[in-house]
Amino acid sequence: MDQKIPTMADMAAQGQEPEILFWVGCAGSFDERAQKITRDICKILQHVGINYAVLGTEESCTGDPAKRAGNEFLFQMLAMTNIQVLDGYNIKKIVTGCPHCFNTIKNEYPGLGGNYEVIHHSQLIQQLIDEGKLRAEGGESFKGKRISFHDPCYLGRGNNVYEAPRAALEILDTELVELKRCKSNGLCCGAGGGQMFKEPEPGKKEINMERMVDILEAKSQIVAAACPFCMTMLTDGVKHHDKEQEIQVLDIAEITVRANGL
Amino acid sequence: MIAQVIFIIILGVAVYLFAKNVAKIRRNILLGKDTDRSDQSSERWKVMAKVALGQTKMVKRPLAAVLHFFVYVGFVIINLEVLEIMIDGVFGSHRIFSHPLGGLYDLLIGAFEVLALLVLTACIVFLCRRNIVHLKRFTGVEMTKWPKSDANYILITEILLMSAFLTMNAADYKLQLLHFSHYVKAGSFPVSSLIAPILPDNAATLEIVERVCWWFHIIGILAFLNYLPYSKHFHILLAFPNTYYSNLNNKGKFTNMASVTNEVKAMLDPSFVPESTGEPARFGAKDVTDLSWKNLMEAYTCTECGRCTSVCPANITGKLLSPRKIMMDTRDRLTEVGNNLDKHGKDHDDGKALLDSYITREELWACTTCNACADACPVNINPLEIITEMRRYIVMEESQAPASLNNMFGNVENNGAPWKYSQADRFNWADNE
Repeated sequence: MDQKIPTMADMAAQGQEPEILFWVGCAGSFDERAQKITRDICKILQHVGINYAVLGTEESCTGDPAKRAGNEFLFQMLAMTNIQVLDGYNIKKIVTGCPHCFNTIKNEYPGLGGNYEVIHHSQLIQQLIDEGKLRAEGGESFKGKRISFHDPCYLGRGNNVYEAPRAALEILDTELVELKRCKSNGLCCGAGGGQMFKEPEPGKKEINMERMVDILEAKSQIVAAACPFCMTMLTDGVKHHDKEQEIQVLDIAEITVRANGL
Repeated sequence: MIAQVIFIIILGVAVYLFAKNVAKIRRNILLGKDTDRSDQSSERWKVMAKVALGQTKMVKRPLAAVLHFFVYVGFVIINLEVLEIMIDGVFGSHRIFSHPLGGLYDLLIGAFEVLALLVLTACIVFLCRRNIVHLKRFTGVEMTKWPKSDANYILITEILLMSAFLTMNAADYKLQLLHFSHYVKAGSFPVSSLIAPILPDNAATLEIVERVCWWFHIIGILAFLNYLPYSKHFHILLAFPNTYYSNLNNKGKFTNMASVTNEVKAMLDPSFVPESTGEPARFGAKDVTDLSWKNLMEAYTCTECGRCTSVCPANITGKLLSPRKIMMDTRDRLTEVGNNLDKHGKDHDDGKALLDSYITREELWACTTCNACADACPVNINPLEIITEMRRYIVMEESQAPASLNNMFGNVENNGAPWKYSQADRFNWADNE
């Protein structure tokens, strides 16, 4: 990274409060592939000069996987602890790198006393494009590439965010090809509801393989993702079909960074 | 006169029996736990107008939407004709609206006849889709003999009712042309006049045909009314309250359990004194009575169309889970619980429960909580809520989550992440490149 990543603790020590907290999430913190996306989101924030910070080692799981798997007790323990940390730093606005963190903090924390303005990084990118602060120039050209967006459940159906991630792709000089099952009809990657952490129940195929049918049919050269769990599932799907040369799976933050040569 | 008395008795019995069964379903629904849906009434009316009245969620499947729209509009509008039949039946009159309405009556009858033909056509196509084309959506483990027969009974009844209605009109039309008795010219009968030539020309026979069809039609309607509470077809009534009481939040938002909040608060802050909530409630749902009344209303609203199951990623990939089955099992178990209540009183335990006796754990753990089922439902049913409540019971009351999920819970609790990484390493991503 060109610049040091600012933490809330450092900022507080200097008596500063950032404009926005970047909530990285567990996958963004630990998963090697997702770490790269996390750094790209930081690059975007730095590029446009937003005063941001991360929680660093003070961040914890939002409780999403516990809640979806039925462990409400564990979820609320984490939520209340996180709310104490967030309120301790007087945080008002949060951008997340994961639709699951986004959904949980935005929708489920208010009932437990945590009230913040929460956006997903696709919405941040859309805002920056609308404000003219982000363009698609000075970097890699996506001209003529067939790009498809895979809607994450907790961004799309869960929170009705369908246009923001597409805005990040529409700005590219490229062909946006919708998958057969898209937007409110989008097919899950198979990771949600705790499935990421367990073996699937017996069936005739894996859900990400079913999703590959749509991707192959659309002849997508780039599959754009906006969720680290979808990223894992889609990448596995592409690998399974030996299509790594033909199909790239990229987060919209990575695409934005590449298009701008950041 | 005798005919009037018989009619009034049949009508009275039909209305009484229907009201009794509706009251029973209402009682069963109210066995569910309380949930507050009394807020935002103007928004709720809007959702109901859009989703139930306007059928906006049907359009995703255009052919089914158009055919269903014919049957729906036909059902609603032809009820005006039923009103006339009721009045005629009680007072012994014949086509009582024809004289005061005049030209408008001609127009109305014309509209009813066209609608009746459209309903008839739609029902025939629906029957073909179910029994000849064997559409995948109408199959599945839960689509056993009864649900399949139920669907066919409904369609066949509607075909018979519409046929009787048109035949009745055809006979009437022919009698009008013969200037027979009280059969005065009432309109042009655009559809039934086409089938009139098939009928005999003898006035006495025609009168018998007309009367038989009249009685068949109205008794058929009253019988069908009483079939509704036993059938998936009950959706024609419950679709309206069910959409009115829709969950208005983002679909991604799951409920926060207040009972858990109290315990967690007490744990984090020993000085916290929770408000007394009365008897200790079970965490999550083992049986139907642990679910909310809204979940139970949804179970009775489901008309088994299978849109939920057809978009479920688990079901598509061959897992046991079918959201439609979740709703049907909930309804069947609730009916059983209600019947037990009537037969054996309040404290009877039949040794069964929704979990395990109806819905297996394998089904529940196959869900990705993607909300495709809830989004697909044309009447805003949410099977995911029931799945989540049952997972909560398995995890928090029984501690019987799959081992891999228990590992994940342990990691989340100890490391603040679902994997076995140390919290101290959480910021290492900033140093890697």
